[in-house]
Amino acid sequence: MTSRSTNPFPIKQIRSDFPILSQKVHGKPLVYLDNGASTQKPIQVIKAISGVYETKYANVHRGVHYLSQVATDEMEAAREKVRSFINAGSEKEVIFVRGATEGINLVASSWGKANLTAGDEIILSQMEHHSNIVPWQLIANATDAIIKVIPIDDSGELEMDVFRRLLSEKTKMVAITHVSNALGTIVPLKQMIKESHDTGALVLVDGCQAAPHLQVDVQKLDADFYVFSGHKIYGPSGIGILYGKETLLEAMPPYQGGGDMIDTVSFSGSTWADLPFKFEAGTPNIADAIGMGNAIDYISTLGLPAIIEYEDALLRYATEKLQAINSLKIVGNATEKAAIISFVMGDIHPHDIGTILDRQGVAVRTGHHCAQPVMERYDVPATARASFALYNTFEEIDYLAVSLAKVQEIFG
Amino acid sequence: MIAGELDDLYQDIILDHSKNPRNSGYLEGATHSAKESNPLCGDRISVYLTVQNAEIIDFTFEARGCAISVASASMMGQMMKGKSVAEAQHLFKQFIALINGLDVAEGVELKELQSLSGVKQFPTRIKCATLSWHALQRALESGGIEVKTS
Repeated sequence: MTSRSTNPFPIKQIRSDFPILSQKVHGKPLVYLDNGASTQKPIQVIKAISGVYETKYANVHRGVHYLSQVATDEMEAAREKVRSFINAGSEKEVIFVRGATEGINLVASSWGKANLTAGDEIILSQMEHHSNIVPWQLIANATDAIIKVIPIDDSGELEMDVFRRLLSEKTKMVAITHVSNALGTIVPLKQMIKESHDTGALVLVDGCQAAPHLQVDVQKLDADFYVFSGHKIYGPSGIGILYGKETLLEAMPPYQGGGDMIDTVSFSGSTWADLPFKFEAGTPNIADAIGMGNAIDYISTLGLPAIIEYEDALLRYATEKLQAINSLKIVGNATEKAAIISFVMGDIHPHDIGTILDRQGVAVRTGHHCAQPVMERYDVPATARASFALYNTFEEIDYLAVSLAKVQEIFG
Repeated sequence: MIAGELDDLYQDIILDHSKNPRNSGYLEGATHSAKESNPLCGDRISVYLTVQNAEIIDFTFEARGCAISVASASMMGQMMKGKSVAEAQHLFKQFIALINGLDVAEGVELKELQSLSGVKQFPTRIKCATLSWHALQRALESGGIEVKTS
């Protein structure tokens, strides 16, 4: 990667693109390090969304009138941007949903009902977000399928030998995160997908934490389903993506019924619209889908390779800085990590850490990160988590370290 | 000014109770108990009471939580021993008022609990301060049956 030396990362310009970052919190400059939960939005995305409502808004896929066509074109252009962003083979494979959670629920429910029977096995990992656990528990309960769990080792990596032992001809689905939201671990996805396919299992990937930080290529990965959310890639909340292989989506029954997802409706029976509309019942989140497209434009303009290089440097720097703090222990030290540092400080509860940091303007997440099995694994009730984005700076990490010293000062 | 608010929250007496909680542990022969948890932060607290003739004669708690929740439980326990159930429930109401920045009824001795009043400047932490109190209230209302909420 030569982009850094020849073309330094335009951090100053980037920060000025995000209006929210210039505010003060409790009288201190905001240092926003809760990007794993949600990212802030650049002015380009904010303006694009208001622009939709100002000049381009009507319902989509319906009217013959001008604005309906404009809105439809814009929304379908956004779909194409998403397709290109994850290198899906076709726009038919890109379904707009409310967020990753809805995407997983859609697959668990629609694919699960049609394909799971008693005794079938679903493999999850111990590092899954609750949103990639609970939908599978619901469908497992409904079908008498069985859930198996890949454990995490001390460093925060998946125990691959156990995964291989769990895989069998009974395995119908492996649902796994790409990057752990609680530990930052990057999962060896390509290998796991290959091994799953070798035994005949499908793979759903929770890409929420990967999409903003890694180059995602669903074809190269050979993922069967891949979900992620708009609000974690600098886009709006309430919009997300379910990618699915066309043949799989074709064979799946609709998830919800309503307008937009039908071909014909009569009381003797209805027929379904073609993909992707079969899974987009009702008026979609038009403006936010378009806004998500603009967020992808923003990322593409900077270029993911440059973003990845910059964020890697941030992560390395932050890891060093935090490791140097007495009593601070990083939870999750996988070899391959992305943009997330979870930590604990002796007996000091993360909630107290969070409050003290907040009063210094530093926003971190504290709690179980919707990943209670991870907390159990490391026998901690919660952790504090600093998660980085393309607009964070090395100075902010210095300030985080200074702010953590204040935590130690108070708790002695 | 900012440091001031933090100092209000993390006063020495609160830190002392959080590091050396009084009446911590399981209570053999308890007549009442209840658990409360805060799913937001994973805090869990159990309170155990021995109630005889409508009087709290013994109290312990087990907590896994932040400094505020542990200190609050510790101070609450000290206040509760020897109180009648009616007095305990009255004190519960006054403490909730204190934490929310509302008026406390005249004549109520809050003693060390007063030190937790700084929590009102931290709305996200009110639940921490009141967790053990809700457990106590639940234990007293449960008539001796163990109740779990999440």
